[in-house]
Amino acid sequence: MAAHRCGLSLVCILFFSSLAHPSRCDTLEKANDNTATKRSISEVNTDGSVAGEDMNERQWQSTDVEVNRSDGTKNSETFTPAPAKDQFQEELVIRPLHSGDIYASFQFRTLWDTDFLQEGQKKVSHYRLFPKSLGQVLSKFSVQELHISFTQGFWRTMQWGQPFIPSPPGAELWVWFHHTVSDVDGNWKELTNVLSGIFCASLNFIDMTNTVQPSASFKPLGLGNATDHRFLRYATLPREIVCTENLTPWKKLLPCGSKAGLAVLMKSEKLFHSSFHSQAVHIRPICQDEQCTSKAWELRQTLNVVFDHYTSGQGKKEWSLFKMFSRTLTEACPLASSSKVYVDITDNPEGELFELSPATPLLSQAVVLGDRRTYSVYDLTRAETFGQLRSFNLLLRWKGDSGDMLRPLLHAERYVAGFGLQTGEIHTVIYNNHPYRAFPVLLMDSVPWYLQLYIHTLTVTSKSRDNKPSYIHYQPAKDRHRPHLLEMLIQLPPHSMTEVTVQFERALLKWTEYTPDPNHDLTSRFFFKEESSYFVRVYTEPLLVNLPTPDFSMPYNVICLTCTVVAVGYGSFYNLLTRTFQVDEPSPPLAKRLANFIRRIRGVPLLA
Amino acid sequence: TDYNDLYCLFTLVQFTKAGQFFSSGHTNNWAVLVCTSRFWFNYRHVANTLSVYRSVKRLGIPDSHIVLMLADDMACNYRNPKPATVFSHKNMELNVYGDDVEVDYRGYEVTVENFLRVLTGRLPPSTPRSKRLLSDDRSNILIYLTGHGGNGFLKFQDSEEISNMELADAFEQMWQKRRYNELLFIIDTCQGASMYERFYSPNLMALASSQVGEDSLSHQPDLAIGVHLMDKYTFYLLEFLEEVHPASQANMNDLFKVCPQSQCVSTPGHRTDLFQRDPGSVLITDFFGSVRKVEITKDTINLTSPVEPPIQRSGSGDIQIESLTYVDQLPVAEIIHQKPKQKDWHPPDGFILGLWTLILLVFFQTYGIKHLKHIF
Repeated sequence: MAAHRCGLSLVCILFFSSLAHPSRCDTLEKANDNTATKRSISEVNTDGSVAGEDMNERQWQSTDVEVNRSDGTKNSETFTPAPAKDQFQEELVIRPLHSGDIYASFQFRTLWDTDFLQEGQKKVSHYRLFPKSLGQVLSKFSVQELHISFTQGFWRTMQWGQPFIPSPPGAELWVWFHHTVSDVDGNWKELTNVLSGIFCASLNFIDMTNTVQPSASFKPLGLGNATDHRFLRYATLPREIVCTENLTPWKKLLPCGSKAGLAVLMKSEKLFHSSFHSQAVHIRPICQDEQCTSKAWELRQTLNVVFDHYTSGQGKKEWSLFKMFSRTLTEACPLASSSKVYVDITDNPEGELFELSPATPLLSQAVVLGDRRTYSVYDLTRAETFGQLRSFNLLLRWKGDSGDMLRPLLHAERYVAGFGLQTGEIHTVIYNNHPYRAFPVLLMDSVPWYLQLYIHTLTVTSKSRDNKPSYIHYQPAKDRHRPHLLEMLIQLPPHSMTEVTVQFERALLKWTEYTPDPNHDLTSRFFFKEESSYFVRVYTEPLLVNLPTPDFSMPYNVICLTCTVVAVGYGSFYNLLTRTFQVDEPSPPLAKRLANFIRRIRGVPLLA
Repeated sequence: TDYNDLYCLFTLVQFTKAGQFFSSGHTNNWAVLVCTSRFWFNYRHVANTLSVYRSVKRLGIPDSHIVLMLADDMACNYRNPKPATVFSHKNMELNVYGDDVEVDYRGYEVTVENFLRVLTGRLPPSTPRSKRLLSDDRSNILIYLTGHGGNGFLKFQDSEEISNMELADAFEQMWQKRRYNELLFIIDTCQGASMYERFYSPNLMALASSQVGEDSLSHQPDLAIGVHLMDKYTFYLLEFLEEVHPASQANMNDLFKVCPQSQCVSTPGHRTDLFQRDPGSVLITDFFGSVRKVEITKDTINLTSPVEPPIQRSGSGDIQIESLTYVDQLPVAEIIHQKPKQKDWHPPDGFILGLWTLILLVFFQTYGIKHLKHIF
């Protein structure tokens, strides 16, 4: 039984696009911190514009000023020596999805006014809210930006829309090093090992064979002047498993741990019994104040989970915090300056779709991914949120059937065509669903070396016509040394389907290079980004590729066969040459022996 | 004289107490717990290892002193009907995976080489602390192995084996490097006793779940999960350890009695000839727990002066600093006009150099030096 080994092909396609030219800071704030856009909430005035509902009388009130004009309020404090230069904010956004599933997104944000990388300053030694293990990693390896994510499951864009923070299945790590680093590869290798210890993951498998240096697909998400891509490293491990042992150290990085605040909801038995689970850590330098003359460090820990209403919800379209997490909230984290729960009620302005309890007067609006969304806000720092029972449990009950979901604007698929285990063709299909707008997208593709691409067969077609990319960067693979890297900037025509195809051939690996279970497929992934006034990164589903596997029992078979042949052949020959025959007389029967014995006594000649 | 005698007696008593305190065996505890089997039907080996992990943690050894190696992931395996759980009893009574487990080596990292490197301490310099066994000469180490084994070997991940001689040599290396004070070795595999036959270093005690020629059997299947949940020996070992608490005085002789043949079907074995102390005087918590001896003092200790606060950065008013900006994530115009990265020029290597040398040689051979002036 030939065990098929499937190669792991990492294909990452990145699409970028941006058309409009809004002001820089705002765009980035919106685009990058999609959940953190809650910071830039606009206040809604009470005009009585929305009438109270029959069931619940809700009042639209202006949210308080204390609700995060974060950088602004911080600015006023820096001129007087503040006792604490770091702050911590936590929030949970709950978004009911059209299919009855529910999407919960946690974000824990620590801001710290310090500089790990400044030369001449005393080494940072006092850590309060910022975790010490990460701070030491940043200063030792001169890391400018660090993004790491662990994901289980695949985000279904067509059913769920766009996520707040996109992430590919498995583990993904990309790092911008400081421009003073001389040996980037050495630092990268040590950094992956240290992170594998911190997060209990097999990140030490990241090496030169799956690391790429994208030239245009990634730009620093934080502050930075020089964007020399020599200091960028990107790697993914699509087969990395995410389980409680990755969640435990992630929770330990939080200031309150899992003892208080929103983190008490993170019970692994519920979180991993879901359709999608993704936890990430993003570290980057940001503006400390509006003038942006000095840097502050921002650590964002995000956890996105989608609960399926058939498995976790037992088929009923009714969700509560207790049903989702088997816990309720009892208090906010005492170290947090803000602790809030947001529920997306954009599709439910009149309360006709679902019913939300307990009712809350606070509302806020924010622009997320180019879409204006309305949220009900529950402020956990206020005692009245918890009511008399000192416990806060949100309840969402579906009343009616939701209509069709708006199709997401950008969507991609990827599959392998062809038959057999020698050649194949990778197809990437990108859909642009906007009726009249064209988008430029940057596609990034990273293929492992054992899928040998034939780049001369690369074709890009839109609406069955050739579409020539305006920028191509291709770095061919070196066997056992580095993977393929292909980056292309493609214009997607409006309302169209673009297909990128490239043929490849599968290589034979050396027999020691196979994993102990060679019958499992390996996955690849690609991602792309687009969007006009905001920036979106989209990942495609993992690609399973079968690699030809040798029959591992053959050495045993060969030994048996050869030994048998040698034994039979040589043995017979040897016998033929050296065997001699002797005549052997059989011993006479008893009667004759007795007769001979008597004859001997008598002295008579013996019988024959 | 009476006073002198009393004084001598007093100092003697003090000396013996202090002497006993400072001459007792170990000061810290480590545990190396290894599951060597892959695939869903070997769920029970992971459950075995996790139940020992759970007991060891409960009795006080912290995660930083435990090296846990699991060759496959059962908890978040797609075939697990209850994700993020590993059960040891049928009817899902006890979840040994828990909520705060930290696995140091997982999946393909569990190899014979990594295991031996962890034991001997010969790890690459970039290995993080949580993956190292940082024991010293006063450490008591517990080593637990489980998986599929045979007469003289233990199978790792269905692709390689470790032999009893290699294991014995590894322990000898540890002894020569003074990496342990006392070592307890427990193995739960078929023919497990063969693995400790070859030990020759001092201060080793070993237990196995079956003798040579016998198989270790699994305990009970769970119909919902569909596989056997635990092995018999470790099941009764877990039951025994659940009764132990940090102050208990249970000793090794009780451990030897765990799982007699009536319960285990196989005959558990043990080996104590290399161990200096009498097993009856060795407490279970010497290896499974982390019990510290505490000396109480009434003297006051003066701490040094507090750390001075870091230098406050001056206000940004006077100096004109250039304001920093965020970078555009997709600068299309910039990308289109981006020149391809200039590769550094390297002198030609190896093959190309040889080829050109050959061509030049043939050229000069044919045409000769004196004809060069006609050509150039």
